[in-house]
Amino acid sequence: MILAVSLLVILMLVGAVAACVFRDLLNAVIAAALVSLIASILFYFLQAPDVAMAEAAIGAALTTAIFVIAIRRTNRYEE
Amino acid sequence: MRRIISILLLVIVTFGICQSLAKIPFGTPKTKVGGRYINEGVKETGAANIVTSVVLSYRGFDTLGEVTILFIASIGLGAVLGGVGKKTVTKTEPASFVLSTGCKILFPLILVFGAYIFIHGHLTPGGGFQGGAIIASAYLLIYLGCRQRRVSQTAYMTLESLGGLSFVAAGLVGLAVSGYFLANFLPRGTVNLLFSAGIIPVIYIAIGLKVGSELTGIIDNLVEES
Repeated sequence: MILAVSLLVILMLVGAVAACVFRDLLNAVIAAALVSLIASILFYFLQAPDVAMAEAAIGAALTTAIFVIAIRRTNRYEE
Repeated sequence: MRRIISILLLVIVTFGICQSLAKIPFGTPKTKVGGRYINEGVKETGAANIVTSVVLSYRGFDTLGEVTILFIASIGLGAVLGGVGKKTVTKTEPASFVLSTGCKILFPLILVFGAYIFIHGHLTPGGGFQGGAIIASAYLLIYLGCRQRRVSQTAYMTLESLGGLSFVAAGLVGLAVSGYFLANFLPRGTVNLLFSAGIIPVIYIAIGLKVGSELTGIIDNLVEES
């Protein structure tokens, strides 16, 4: 259990750093979605299913979609 | 030189935050009100889900504020993107047969799941906000899969207003009947049944419809522009 949670946390940190580092903004958005998804799994492990649901639906799905739509309208690559 | 100063500053701030975090006794009950919600919440509100009893009964007014914030955000986005009356549907390539059929099959299932989440908000985890977000993601799927399909703007705006109005109306009826805003004036019923917890399911259905139509409207505005 602790091993799984620590693995998830490490993956989340990697995703967060990747979201900052990537020059391709589409990749950065996917990395940010990964952070949200793992956050929702961790909320579920912490016995907060209500928050996990909100995080999965809003953080992982809707925010990602809105970012992708915004990237389609603007530049894909960071200067 | 500047870099060294900034690193030093970062170290000092981190040290301060860690120092103050170490003094917080995590896991021990600090407030009396939390214990009261956990021990008496089910009895007092009739909602089996304690989170719902806090969100809609003890802190119902805060939830009204949250819904208002979402409403203002949606209105602001509509104003910025020039929503009402302007229809600029760009010609896009239709999605492949597999994708559009898959979206059409999944769409009603996700919709029913979202409705289930907010109708059963007082019994199982979830509620109006989560169910509304799930319904909006179903509409996102239909926008991605079948671009030519559109939700009519008046439909979701009417639903949104209806949801918000019924939330406020439920609160005002509580004020008239029991003497304070958002009072639970309906009978509590038996805990764990669908028809229990008084006005909580009514308000959650209103919030679910409102949040779902609002987020759908935001997606519709954005997709229409792109």
